[in-house]
Formats: sequence, C-alpha cells, structure tokens
Amino acid sequence: MAEDQFEPKIVAFLCRWCSYTGADLAGTSRTEYPPNVIPIRVMCSGRVDPTFVMKALADGADGVLIAGCHPGDCHYQEGNYKTMRRYPMLLNLLDQFGIERERVRLEWISASEGDLFAAVVKELTETVRALGPLEWNATAPAAAVVESA
Amino acid sequence: MAKKITVNPITRLEGHGKIDIFLDDAGNVERAFFQVPELRGFETFSLGRPAEEMPRITPRICGVCPTAHHMAATKCLDDLWKVEPPRTARLLRELAYSAFMVEDHYIHFFFLGAPDFVVGPTAPPAERNILGVIAKVGMEIAGKVIRVRRENRQLMETMMGKVIHPVFGVPGGVSRGISEEERKQFLETAEFTIEFAQFALQLFDNVVLKDKEYLDIVLSDTYNHKTYYMGLVDENNKANFYAGQVRVVDPEGKQVAKFTPRDYRDYIAEHVEPWSYVTFPYLKKPGWKGFVDGAESGIYRVAPLARLNAADGMATPLAQEAYEKMYETLGGKPAHATLTFHWARLIEALYSAERMKELLEDPEITGDEIRTLPTETPSEGVGIVEAPRGTLIHNYWTDENGLLTKVNLIVATNHNAAPIAMSVEKAAKGLIKGGEVSEGLLNMVEMAFRAYDPCLACATHSLPGQMPIIITIYNPRHELLREIRRDG
Amino acid sequence: MADKPKVAFYWCASCGGCEETVVDLHEDILKVVELVDIALWPVALDFKLKDVKTWQPGEVTVAFINGAIRLSEQEEWVKLLREKCPLVVAFGSCAHLGGIPGLANDKTRREILANKYQRLPTVENPGGTVPQEKCRVDGYELELPGFWKQVKTLDQVIDVDYYLPGCPPPPNLVADAVTAILEGKLPPKGSVLAPEKSLCDACPRKDSKPERLSITEFKRVATSIPDTEECFLAQGYLCMGPATRSGCGERCIQGNMPCRGCFGPTPGSLDQGAKILSTICSVAEADTAEAAADYADTLADPLGTFYRFSLPASLLGGSRREKE
Repeated sequence: MAEDQFEPKIVAFLCRWCSYTGADLAGTSRTEYPPNVIPIRVMCSGRVDPTFVMKALADGADGVLIAGCHPGDCHYQEGNYKTMRRYPMLLNLLDQFGIERERVRLEWISASEGDLFAAVVKELTETVRALGPLEWNATAPAAAVVESA
Repeated sequence: MAKKITVNPITRLEGHGKIDIFLDDAGNVERAFFQVPELRGFETFSLGRPAEEMPRITPRICGVCPTAHHMAATKCLDDLWKVEPPRTARLLRELAYSAFMVEDHYIHFFFLGAPDFVVGPTAPPAERNILGVIAKVGMEIAGKVIRVRRENRQLMETMMGKVIHPVFGVPGGVSRGISEEERKQFLETAEFTIEFAQFALQLFDNVVLKDKEYLDIVLSDTYNHKTYYMGLVDENNKANFYAGQVRVVDPEGKQVAKFTPRDYRDYIAEHVEPWSYVTFPYLKKPGWKGFVDGAESGIYRVAPLARLNAADGMATPLAQEAYEKMYETLGGKPAHATLTFHWARLIEALYSAERMKELLEDPEITGDEIRTLPTETPSEGVGIVEAPRGTLIHNYWTDENGLLTKVNLIVATNHNAAPIAMSVEKAAKGLIKGGEVSEGLLNMVEMAFRAYDPCLACATHSLPGQMPIIITIYNPRHELLREIRRDG
Repeated sequence: MADKPKVAFYWCASCGGCEETVVDLHEDILKVVELVDIALWPVALDFKLKDVKTWQPGEVTVAFINGAIRLSEQEEWVKLLREKCPLVVAFGSCAHLGGIPGLANDKTRREILANKYQRLPTVENPGGTVPQEKCRVDGYELELPGFWKQVKTLDQVIDVDYYLPGCPPPPNLVADAVTAILEGKLPPKGSVLAPEKSLCDACPRKDSKPERLSITEFKRVATSIPDTEECFLAQGYLCMGPATRSGCGERCIQGNMPCRGCFGPTPGSLDQGAKILSTICSVAEADTAEAAADYADTLADPLGTFYRFSLPASLLGGSRREKE
C-alpha cells in the first residue's frame, strides 16, 4: 500500500543562478513533482564539495542531486566545469564504497527549465525508491572480525 | 583435571602473545601453548590496490622491520613485471638493506635480548631492561650503541626517504640515488659500524661465553631443538640477505632443497590450529607431523642461527672468522642451541657492516642508471629477502592493469611459529616441576622465545596489543591460588 | 623537590613504528628520561595493568596512545588510561585516523578469515579449521580475544585531548609535544600538534607547481620515472599534498615519491579523501562529460589512495558489503 512504500530522502544542491530558480519555476507553475527532495541553495554547483555528498549519504540521505547551469552558462564562468570534472571520479569512489552510482546525480537545469527540474526529481525519486533505503549508519562498515563457531 | 597457568602478555618482543601452561596433578607440565591473538588482514585489504603501492603498504605490518617488507615487496614487483633493475639500483637496495640489518639486530640485542645476559636472567624485573643494561655497561658504551643506530638510520633515511616506512623501492629500480658526498659520509658510518660490530661480539664473549653459568644455560637441553634450517644463499652458498636462492638443510646439516623464490610453494605449506591466529608453516617433504623435532618432522627454523646453519659460510672475512669460531665452540655444524641465535645475530651484523663497506667502495654505487622501466604485462610475482627475523616471502597476483587480485605473505617469524611454540613448551616442561612456579619461570620460559627475536606483528600480519605480565594459578575449583607479577 | 612528571606510552593495534620513532630521538631520549619518569612502556619496561590501576588520578600526567582500536582488550586499556590521565594524546596515524589497518574497513570479515585460513595457496587446511575465540584441544580449554566489526580511531572510543599525526610522527614533533606539555604551553584542546598549512606550503618542489595546474591523465610510478625536482601533481602523479597537513619534513618527497597523506587532513576538513578528489578533479584537463569520465578512469583505486590512512575517520567510515 502507498503508506508502506519507502519514501526516499534526496538532498538536492541547487545553484542559485540557474537550478534553484528553475526549481522555483516548477513551484510557481504548480508543476507536480514528488516531495522527496530537500533543497539546499548554493551560489554555484562548483561549491558542491564532495564532502557534502558524503555527509548527506552518511547522515541519512538515500540519494543526492547536484544541479547547475548548463556548461558555458555558469555565472562564475568555470564553476560548473569543476563539478562536471569531479562527478565521474566521485561515482567511481562511491562504487568502491558499495554505494550505487544511481543514487547520486548531476544535472544541468537552467532557470527556465522548471519542467526539467520536476522530471528529474520524479525520475530520481523512482530510481532511488527501487534501490531501497541506504540507511548508512544502520549498517556497520563491514570489517575484520573473527566469527566464533 | 589440569591446572592452568596463563602468562599474558609476554614482553620484550614485538607483538602480542600469551602462554597457557597446563599442569598435571603432580605439578609437572603436561602441555604448553604459545598463542598469538592478533590478526589484521593485510593479505585481504590490499586486494584491488595497485601492486606498486605494496612497498608503501606492507611496511606497516611492522614498524621495527619495515625495510624488510619494503624490500621484499619491491623485489616482488620486479618479478611481477618481469623487469631487472640496473646494477646501480641493486647496489643501492643492498646497501640500504645492509644498514637496516645492522640497526635492527642491535635494537634486538641491546634493548630486548641483552638484559637477560648483561643484567641477568633472574635479576629483579625492574632492572632487567635497557636502562639496567646502560647502568651496567656505562654511558660510554651506551653512547656507542646509540651512535651506531643513529648513523645507520640516518643513512637509511637519506637513501630511502623515510627510515620508518621507506618509499624508494619501485619495480625495476629505486626512486633516487646517492651523491659522491653522501657516499663518503656513509663510508665513515660503515667503518665505524664494523668496529662496533667487533666490539659487540667481544662483549658477548666476555659477558656470556666466559661465564660458566650462562654458557651452561646456552648449551642446555632445555633450549635445544633438532630441526631443519632455512636461509637465502648466494651462488657460493654463502649467506646473503638481499637475494639468492632458498636453501634448506636437515638436522644433520645436509642440503635437502635449494630453490628459486618462484618455486617456494612446492616446498612450504601452512598448517592451521584453532588456538592461535598465526599459521604454522612446514616443509611439504617430510610433511606436518605435529610439534615435534627431528628429520621426520617438517618443522624448520629461520633467522640468524638457521641462516648460518643453512649456509656454507659468510661472504666477508671478519664475519667468516667469527662464524668459524662459533661453530668450533659449539662443536660443529649445524648448531641446535636456541640461545645461540643471539650469537649468530651479532655475526650477521658484522657481515652486514662489512658488506656495506664493499658496496660503498663499488664505483657504480653513485651511478645514474637507477631504473629499468617495465614493458611486460604483470601477472604474478614472488619476492624473497632475509629479514632480521627470518625468510620473508611476498607473493602477489594481479590483473593485467597491475591491480592486486591475490596476495600471499609468509612473514619471517611465521616460519618460526611452530619452533617457538615447541621451545616454550620444552622450557616450561624443563623448568616447572612439582607445581613450583617461581620468578625464574617467567624469565627463563620467556628466554625460550626471546632468542628468536620474534615479531608477532609480522607473524600474523597483525596488530600487537601489549600488556605487562601476570601469571595466575588456579586450582581445579577455579580458586585463585597465587598471582605472580613482574615487579620486584 | 618536586617529583619528575610521569608519562605513559601505550600501543593498541599498531606496528611498533610509533615506538621506534621515540627511540629515534637517539641521544635526546636520555634527556627525556632526565625530565620525566616513564610509568608505562610495554615494549621496553615491565609495568603492568595492575600498576596502572593503582595510579592516583593525575599522578601520570599524559598518556601517549598509538594504534587503532579493534579489540575489547584495547578498549579496556584506553578507557583506564583516560580515567587516570589528565591528558591523552592520540599518537600516530592509526590512533588519529585509523591508519593503514583502517583499510580493513574496506573488506568483510568473512573475506579476511576465509582468505587467510582457507584459500591462500600455501594453506593446507582440509578440515577448514579457523581460529576460535574459545576452543578445546586435547581436553585443554584455550581462548583468544575476539575482534570488533570495524577498525576505530582512538577518539571514536574515548575523549582525546591532542593529536600527534604521522606514520609515524617524526621525532622532532614528538619532542616538541613533550616540551609543550611539560611547559604547559598547549594549544586549545582537540588540536593537532603540527602546522596548520597543507604539505604544498612546505614542499621543496612548490616553486615548480604552476599557477594554473592542469592534469590530463594520471601516471603511475610503476611504469614511469618521476622527475626529482618537479611538483608531482604537475607531472601527473597523484600526490595527497594539497589535502594533507604539513609537518612531516616532506621525507617522502625527498625520497622522490609522492605524498600519501599520512598526516591527515588540514584543519576544517571533514574528510581527507573528499578534499583531494575535489582538488585533483578541479584541475583536470577535461571539458566534457566523456573527457571527465576518461580522466577519472586513469586513476585506479580512488578509495585506497585517497583514504590510505584515514578510512575509519572518513565520513562514510568504510565500505558497506553486508547489512547487519
């Protein structure tokens, strides 16, 4: 039943100039999208330190969205390029941590793309729902322990 | 019902160990177990890592002998990538390695082993340590001990980047060479070290060999096992610590095997017991027959005495002289007296010092060619060196990108695990009679393992956790009868 | 005449390198022994648990504890030392961040046991024997301590006053720390007793680091020869320098090998691995998603490289392979 369904918690880092405005547009346009996203406004997607992503996942998030201006349109010229360069390495690292790549998403969403924001959130929510809860702190890092017979 | 005495933990060695001794009704020792309660999992947690990181990861198995792991790992990488280092690189590696053998042997002898002889095996425990040794031998000698260690470690740091956890080993060579100025400075160190090494042997002669009580202890049956012996030898069957073939001799001193590193798995296997985290290597031929001596049992020993037994001699003159003198005193080869490991250790230090001088006088030591780059695809490699505490084997398998898929390490003291257990049990049986458990027990039983200079962190690729010694004795109703402690 | 202050050294899951670094004070150790009494040092002296239990609170001024924590026995010891000593210093990378043994948090216990006692090629173990916490052998009962499920840093078990970083901490930092304690000139509680700037600031190669660093792909020292003078990152070798605290004397750099981060993160950084990832990717020569992905693929084993010494201290703590 719907009440028992797992509701993913997704932290979204949205850049102030493009993506956050785009999200506002989805809101003012009354476009429906799932309530699973917790938005955090940053001045630029380049501000998103990988530390933030890890902290979000370690502290209870099931997924993370990073959204910024399209390449070439960054208010600070290069900020989103830095994000673009960090993203695949971060996913490779999360692979090794045993965290599915699909939980962390980077998207380019401009100020006028309210519909795109809604579509991304909807799709990411379903993807993470299918993956199940991460519950990072509920599971101990698996490490060397002797098992008694 | 057996009474149980637990010694936990043991001291003046690297690592965590405990000894459980079971007495029968007459108070004599029925069985004794030397248990090693640690494990870290280097062979597993290094999987998936690039193989070239192993010379920087494996030294963390042991901070006392990190250079041994660093060198075994580096040589393993040579074999993994099928690349031969240029001669200068070989010389540099062996130079740093020789300095390491010197300083590590002396740390053991003066800090860990000597207190039993210089201060006395039954001396009050509070004095039976390095500070007691210094009080006995005086500041001038103490100053020399500190100096020989400091200069050799300075050499190592300059050559290898760091002295604790070196960095310079790479497949096909080393990351940096030495200048002419450094060479001259190191030569002074080598010469001082040779002088010191002879002094150390003289000290051993004066303090131990000329003392009838000590000599009796050394030659007694309590500390004696007839086992096989293993060590690396060069093409002339002389002992070499950096490279060579592995040679094994039987309890009579006859060669039974000589193999290249790559073939080690044809000769050595490891036995597992539920009561210790350390595994027990043995020779496949004659096989595992339990914790027993003799030619029918696959038990073998490594480290100084074993190396000297397995070789036909030392490759440098002063060490050769000392080697001959030792065997003459002991009545021939091979020598089985466990406490003579201390003596052999000092002879090895002398050889290493002489070898340092030889290497530093080789004109190619300051050469520029320090690296051959790999061109082959890696798959499997084996690297073997003689660590101060015995034969050290690193064996890696990787995928075609050089990421580790399997790692097998047999670490020096590991080979001695069964002999140590046997030595401890034999000493306990020989010394504890009729339920009398005295202060002497504590130390005399411990001397049985201390001679091997065990590194239990190495043996289990484990983490030592150390505590002082407590012996508790319970009767069959588990009532505490007596507690013996180590302070005076 | 006032008694000399007392100090204690204790080791948990360690390799002994932190002990050796104290002995590397060489002649200076004789000076140290003149200024302080060593009340506990298991590698060299025979004081024991019973003695520690008799210490009056404050009798022993400071406990230097090295090694990571993974045995209940170690937990007991460090809690006792915390109770007795006004000052506790986490000594070395293992106590500070988890250290190299912390890499075990990347593997499961099952893998480690099965590998060591059953699968490795030299092990002859047809019965599948595995060491047990309790067992009976020929009628004798024997015990071994059990392990925790994960490797922990010292401050994940007890409150820590100061940290001495490094694998091991260099002797001069050790001497400085002892002096600061004896003179009562310590920084605020919780400080790391080492400089605040990153390694790059102290690096002998810093002048060769370009204003605008740009890396096209990562090289490996296995298959190339590092230049002896140029900044490693500029050459294309992964170097942890930008994300690592200075104070080590840059010994690895002088050995012509790149930094691997043993001094831990710079102040204010919550996660050393995340920081270095951010740095080395920001300077990637890549302007498309494909190029960025290709760039990432030239670096093998990011987890083991970025968190070589700090996995237990990281935000995620270790890789997750099995649910509880």
